[in-house]
Amino acid sequence: MSTVVSTPSEKRVIPDRLGTPFKRIMASWEVLLFGVAVLIFIFNSLASPYFLDAWNLSDATFNFTEKAMIAFAMALLVISGEIDLSVAAIIALASTAMGAAAQAGIGAPGLVAIGVGVGLLCGMFNGFLVSVMKLPSIVVTIGTMSLFRGISYIVLGDQAYGGYPEDFAFFGQGYVVWVFSFEFVLFVVVAILFAILLHATNFGRQVYTIGNNDFAARFSGIPVERVKFILFMLTGVMSGVAAVCLTSRLGSTRPSIAQGWELEVVTMVVLGGVSILGGSGKIGGVVIAAFVMGLVTFGLGLLNVPGIVMSIFIGLLLIITIAIPIIARRIKAMSSK
Amino acid sequence: MLMNNALQHNVASVAPGDVPAILEMRGISQIFPGVKALDNVSISLYPGKVTALIGENGAGKSTLVKILTGIYRPNEGEILVDGKVTTFANAQAAIDAGVTAIHQETVLFDELTVAENIFLGHAPRTRFRTIDWALMNSRAKALLVSLESNIDPTIRLKDLSIAQRHLVAISRALSIEARIVIMDEPTAALSRKEIDDLFRIVEGLKAQGKAILFISHKFDELYEIADNFAVFRDGRAVGHGNLKATPQDEIVRLMVGRDVENAFPKVDVAIGGPVLQVEKYCHQTEFRDISLTLRKGEILGIYGLIGAGRSELCQSLFGITKPLSGKLSLDGREIAINSPLDAIRAGIVYVPEERGRHGLALPMPIYQNMTLPSLGRTSRKGFLKAANEFALARKYAERLDLRAAALSVPVGTLSGGNQQKVVIGKWLATMPKVIILDEPTKGIDIGSKAAVHGFISELAAEGLSIIMISSELPEIIGMSDRVLVMKEGLSAGLFERKDLTPEALVRAATGNA
Amino acid sequence: MPRLLRKRETLLFIIIAVMIAAFSTRADGFATPGNLSGIFNDTSILIILALAQMTVILTKSIDLSVAANLAFTGMAIAMLNATYPGLPLVVLILAAILIGACLGAINGFLVWALEIPPIVVTLGTLTIYRGMAFVLSGGEWVNAHQMTPTFLNVPRTVVMGMPILSWAAVIIVALIYVVLKYTQFGRSTYAAGGNPTAAVYAGIDVGWTKFLAFVLSGALAGLASYLWVSRYAVAYVDIANGFELDSVAACVIGGISIAGGVGSVLGTVLGALFLGVIKNALPVIGISPFTQMAISGTVIILAVVFNARRERNRGRIILRDKAAAEIPAEVAA
Repeated sequence: MSTVVSTPSEKRVIPDRLGTPFKRIMASWEVLLFGVAVLIFIFNSLASPYFLDAWNLSDATFNFTEKAMIAFAMALLVISGEIDLSVAAIIALASTAMGAAAQAGIGAPGLVAIGVGVGLLCGMFNGFLVSVMKLPSIVVTIGTMSLFRGISYIVLGDQAYGGYPEDFAFFGQGYVVWVFSFEFVLFVVVAILFAILLHATNFGRQVYTIGNNDFAARFSGIPVERVKFILFMLTGVMSGVAAVCLTSRLGSTRPSIAQGWELEVVTMVVLGGVSILGGSGKIGGVVIAAFVMGLVTFGLGLLNVPGIVMSIFIGLLLIITIAIPIIARRIKAMSSK
Repeated sequence: MLMNNALQHNVASVAPGDVPAILEMRGISQIFPGVKALDNVSISLYPGKVTALIGENGAGKSTLVKILTGIYRPNEGEILVDGKVTTFANAQAAIDAGVTAIHQETVLFDELTVAENIFLGHAPRTRFRTIDWALMNSRAKALLVSLESNIDPTIRLKDLSIAQRHLVAISRALSIEARIVIMDEPTAALSRKEIDDLFRIVEGLKAQGKAILFISHKFDELYEIADNFAVFRDGRAVGHGNLKATPQDEIVRLMVGRDVENAFPKVDVAIGGPVLQVEKYCHQTEFRDISLTLRKGEILGIYGLIGAGRSELCQSLFGITKPLSGKLSLDGREIAINSPLDAIRAGIVYVPEERGRHGLALPMPIYQNMTLPSLGRTSRKGFLKAANEFALARKYAERLDLRAAALSVPVGTLSGGNQQKVVIGKWLATMPKVIILDEPTKGIDIGSKAAVHGFISELAAEGLSIIMISSELPEIIGMSDRVLVMKEGLSAGLFERKDLTPEALVRAATGNA
Repeated sequence: MPRLLRKRETLLFIIIAVMIAAFSTRADGFATPGNLSGIFNDTSILIILALAQMTVILTKSIDLSVAANLAFTGMAIAMLNATYPGLPLVVLILAAILIGACLGAINGFLVWALEIPPIVVTLGTLTIYRGMAFVLSGGEWVNAHQMTPTFLNVPRTVVMGMPILSWAAVIIVALIYVVLKYTQFGRSTYAAGGNPTAAVYAGIDVGWTKFLAFVLSGALAGLASYLWVSRYAVAYVDIANGFELDSVAACVIGGISIAGGVGSVLGTVLGALFLGVIKNALPVIGISPFTQMAISGTVIILAVVFNARRERNRGRIILRDKAAAEIPAEVAA
């Protein structure tokens, strides 16, 4: 007495994918951004004779490599639906810890361990507050931002730490081969690792699902709290790594180090096509966004534009790149009515 | 009555000398990507008369309500208020035209007070045009008292029970001097006495000349309160007329399109020994002292009104929420389920009622949704293997006869029935022992409904044990071996298949005196 | 009475009172009316900015650009004052409010018309507005001797026992209280943030409400900009750096939920005062002012924990005996 709809012999074959790979790639954010990057590159090389110099370009990378490494971890966090505004403060705290250790005579390997270790601990603290205590990450990390940097201020006041061992300078100032600095190579390696993590592993799939639908992820057995905790740990670790590079590059530590970097990192992430609402975005986009921001700041620097005016461009870039697809979609919807 | 172009089941016309309609909808169509929710529908509402809107889930009733309340704008057709063509540009325009609605799930504000919820958007003003809180509170109190409720208007909505929230929603509808009142399953969580009170209010509204659109699938109530009826099926208006002059079978036939018997293909299955035993499961605020035994190959139905605690119970069994106390045994062994992961590992899975909100990540591709709990099997050492995932997705897509353009399209583009297939397929891929289905055919068109039912029977025949929550009497009576009825968080009776009658179940669920 | 005690605002008030009492044991004269009103005066600008932020947060948004708005607008009117000393103060204040409102309107427009998430919009405008302050001023400062006496003196003038700066805060507190409690717009902010879907059903235009909230926030930032440059007698690009986060902190401490729809004016004011008391107390009781940041941070975290506890979703209350008891009342007249 069953009234099943289709007969067994008729088998419906559903294809795996639609369209050609070419079309799919062309219509993406990353391509749009890449186009913007190319335009900026061309504009810069026309605007200043110093631009197309290998060593100058290499110098330019220092503008963004440290922030970009944090941005990769931040991207995963934002994709999962959270945010961490305390990353710059973690840099400050990690740097302060390293400075204190350097004063105590600890050598470069120990300093690296301490810097990354402090970053990890801060990340775990954030993770605890958000995952275990179930607090909203935006206000919690505003709190930890003040707390972490505040500890640096308590330790250092208006003083600075210096006196880092000589071999420590390699991380921020050294070169691996020709024009490619250690920082740049590290940036590339980290980018590849994060790309694999996000796009090729189960963990990455879980991150996307949580960002797309927190409930559905939970209802499917994904350990949402555990994943988010790990993401905060990663962000902390990368902030620690960035702290090592930055401190090594500057050779000194002040409590105000990396002031305002959290917003630049978030800008890099959003510019890279990661939706602030969660659920979408690619590491490739963040890589291109890092280059775009680096090119803009470097190019404007060559033209002697003051830093604060540069940030107007970055702000405009952020809003315009977000607005363009939205406006395009509106126009398309209106014309199809 | 206006004619529509579908089958003419003009069974008995309205009394001659008709008063003109307050509101008419002519030729309304509403098209969403991939589905036509309403197809050339016409309906009229008359002052002082209750029109029952009847139809299965997914027939288009809630779409019609959204158009009437100004949330959607129809793609085709027109709305006439008092004979004049009107467009509802937004919700406020509909409110200004005198349309008000009481929704199934109260759409109100937890953090605001009862009085403010009642009067939001049209609060009484002082002569300085500021909001007059004192007057608002006293008017709210008066409205609540007229519904025979003692709720304090100054407390926050979130402190009220579901039945109390309903009364607030009804008060809100009454507070707008509406001419057209839409009631969407308003009795779902009310006791018999509260229903009597509501019907008294409805009679009062009729006497005031208001037109009422009453959506319900409870025939005894409709025959009590409604004058006219309109039946929707698959987005079309398939019949209308005088309700009291039309026998119930006729209405049901219009609703379902064929005899009810065949829609619920129950296959007789040899039922084995107990698989799942629940003893005195209690939750802080949602249910208390629930015990049940589920046997191999059995379909256990859980019936009750909205807000009875059925979903909450099953979500607790699946580990979404923690029970306060109680014991759980699977295959004789006592187990503790503290998270969905525990449940999945034990072989208990849950297909949620809100598949869009809880069951699927709508922007993500079909195959990714399908493989989500099974990534351990399709991946190697934590690395995704697309070929394995597509193979798994294809296997279950074929088994469930899924209709989609490709496995990589976002699951949000599929119809309700196909989305449900993806959710079911996702869970079948985990090879479960117990599968809990929460309103499995809610919002699904008739064709897919029957397919889902047939499929559920197949699963039972293969030895799976099934718990099925349903609010539709024909479905639960047709499919279940036994039925547990829940009322306001408590168990209201366990019925064997031979004792399953609509009357018995409804009586237990509503606690009729 | 128990309900009053459990209210967030009462708790906060008690904590502040206890803090003041504790500090006054370490530093004589801390709890004198003179000192306390001095603290209030110091905190006035934060109170105004916190109220601006509160209105925006209620609608489920956030405004990270308030401080940058303040910097640009403050620079603009300081420069106006220096260049045209003849301009009446009233005109300058109105200009400040107007400029601030325009900057707020830009934020509001992007959120409303393009539906870009507020955090992204204000992240962008925060750098743009501050950069614009630099472009406007050419990096130059406007110093006290360039400002007219009226410009500088009005907020310091004592009227009925308090400086006008404090009165400005009091007036704004009263104004925002009235707006949020007694106007349609005010109630709409609570509705739009509390349950956007239900708000639409109730006929409220959620996008327009957000737009107005941003305009109001900008206008208040504009007013605050005059008060700032006048009080500190200087205008330069970096003024009020980081203040946007202080305004969010004050709201959080005051019990405003970052998810929107919840919060009171009293709570925000108390939150701002809390931060103000700490800031003022530290140097007086001998703790290095360098500890202030860490203390703020800890306080914010604790406040968020308290907020979350209150908001913990109780799910649906199905069991009848767990629902709110209906109060047997006499029939209303």
